[in-house]
Amino acid sequence: MKNNWPLWEVFIRSKQGLHHKHAGSLHAADAQMAIENARDVYTRRNEGISIWVVESDKITASKPEENPELFEPAADKIYRHPTFYDMPDEVKHM
Amino acid sequence: MADLNSLEAKFQEKIDNEIKIEPKDWMPEKYRQTLIRQISQHAHSEVVGMLPEGNWITRAPSLRRKVALLAKIQDEAGHGLYLYSAAETLGVERDDLIEQLHTGKAKYSSIFNYPTLTWADIGAVGWLVDGAAIMNQVMLTRTSYGPYSRAMVRICKEESFHQRQGYEILLTLSRGSEDQKRMLQDAVNRFWWPSLMMFGPSDKDSVHTAQAMKWKIKRKTNDELRQQFVDVCVDQARILGVTLPDPNLKWNEERGHYDFSEIDWDEFWNVVKGNGPCNKQRMDARIKAHEEGAWVREAAMAYAEKQAKRRKEETTQVA
Amino acid sequence: MKNSLLNYTIHLADNAHILGHRLGEWCGHGPILEQDIAMTNISLDLIGQARSLYQYAAEIEGRGRTEDDIAYLRDAWDFRNVLLVEQPNGDFGKTMVRQFLFDAYNFLFYKELKNSNDQQLAAIAEKSLKEVTYHQRFSSEWVIRLGDGTEVSHEKVQNALNDLWMYTGELFVMNDFEKDMTNNGTGVDLEKLKPLWQEKVDYILKTATLAKPQNDWMQSGGKTGRHSEHLGFILAEMQFMQKTYPGQVW
Repeated sequence: MKNNWPLWEVFIRSKQGLHHKHAGSLHAADAQMAIENARDVYTRRNEGISIWVVESDKITASKPEENPELFEPAADKIYRHPTFYDMPDEVKHM
Repeated sequence: MADLNSLEAKFQEKIDNEIKIEPKDWMPEKYRQTLIRQISQHAHSEVVGMLPEGNWITRAPSLRRKVALLAKIQDEAGHGLYLYSAAETLGVERDDLIEQLHTGKAKYSSIFNYPTLTWADIGAVGWLVDGAAIMNQVMLTRTSYGPYSRAMVRICKEESFHQRQGYEILLTLSRGSEDQKRMLQDAVNRFWWPSLMMFGPSDKDSVHTAQAMKWKIKRKTNDELRQQFVDVCVDQARILGVTLPDPNLKWNEERGHYDFSEIDWDEFWNVVKGNGPCNKQRMDARIKAHEEGAWVREAAMAYAEKQAKRRKEETTQVA
Repeated sequence: MKNSLLNYTIHLADNAHILGHRLGEWCGHGPILEQDIAMTNISLDLIGQARSLYQYAAEIEGRGRTEDDIAYLRDAWDFRNVLLVEQPNGDFGKTMVRQFLFDAYNFLFYKELKNSNDQQLAAIAEKSLKEVTYHQRFSSEWVIRLGDGTEVSHEKVQNALNDLWMYTGELFVMNDFEKDMTNNGTGVDLEKLKPLWQEKVDYILKTATLAKPQNDWMQSGGKTGRHSEHLGFILAEMQFMQKTYPGQVW
């Protein structure tokens, strides 16, 4: 019988105020076990204070071949960045 | 076909520009296969590597040494896990990789086919075996495949205490009784050459090196890394007061490196082929753990499925 | 009184040490990497607890001995751990049942010991309780999973439970040093823990669809140094270096 534990992606918040960040993956039979395995595998050195787990095949990812239409159009919209605007030197902290 | 060529050219361009390759990116099939082979081999080495050190957990001579050793071997399990995960991003399953190990299709580092006979061996494994592994792993943090590189960064961070742990064990022995000093020298005698063999065959005989370098899976050749390792070990050995078992080991002013004897390649290939002192024991132990764990893994899955079904029924009833 | 406190502390240390040692035997041989790592974590917690307790015992004793002297230089008759923790690992199911039966006790125990009038023990209890809370959660879940998993797993854990049940009575039998410590407000009244333990065990076994064993003959002797045959072998291995090379620094 081949019935492997599914793969889960693990996200860890390292301290209050920070985002959860992808730490890696692991296998677990259910969500509860995935949290516990993540605790044992990815927070042995005090790396975390909060864990998210999600089954890997539940993640929808963009495709690299769509990158031109998805991401490149943002490249020339330089007016979205503060450095686009001229400011006299006298104006500080804006 | 032109398509494939241009894809390959684009791929190589990325590599040349130090842009990491990520799981969903197009990659040559051979690159994928090379990575799967190398990463899984690396993962297997971590897991099989738990066994020789595991021998001494129950016999560690102090509680402090026992917790350090346990934590170290546990790290190796973790490293195996990170690496299997990295390999899984390439479209293989951990279970299939494990099966390749158990059927002898996949290799692991031959060093773990040598026995740990005394407590000093635990020190020698930490100093020399982890030391050699770290050389390789530091290089691999810059490998071209993103998930592999990230796994290596994490591993290197965690590994940093491993070699120190081993060296401290040996340092303590070097300051101890005659028995302890004898144990120390004996361990170094047995582990020195196998550690040098860990870097793999000489560049001229290494079938994979050239392509792996071009794809920046590897960034240094086997011989470069081996030389780097010898160079750092000499001083460390002096501090321990041990003799490295090589009469030809001496500083070469011209090269700026230590010269050392030719490795006994017959021994190397023989152990790779399965004739090392512990090849059979190591594989038997891994297969036994896996097979005896099968009912546990199945039960957990069966329970998870039952629970999911129960939850579904509950929601239907409420609705 | 000082002697009772010493024995009491050593008893707690030995419980943690021997169980931690047993779990350490699993390292590298677990049913899957994730659980291998998990068991080692518990082992490390327990050996850590044992070290704090041995260090305190050495201090109480006041003879200049170290944690290692106490751990490595005694024979089985001076060990005060309960029989349950020295029982062999068996398969993963048996290890989890042993762990659960002990964790359920240990959790209640440390919860009480936190209130000890001995500040050192209270502090160790406070720290250990967090670890033991997790251990109990982990082993309870596994007992449930395996009990309510497949037919094979159900049968295996039921057998393990039947085998280990006779070692649970001793957890609640108070010896002289425990009575002394309870009377002076240092130790935990085990009689009080017993119904709470029963309740927890009943609940988990029921959830796990396991039958509570009916045999009520209970083994005892660990706390007074009369152990099962297994402890001698544990010590032969554990103390090998210290006995072969006496008086060395490692």
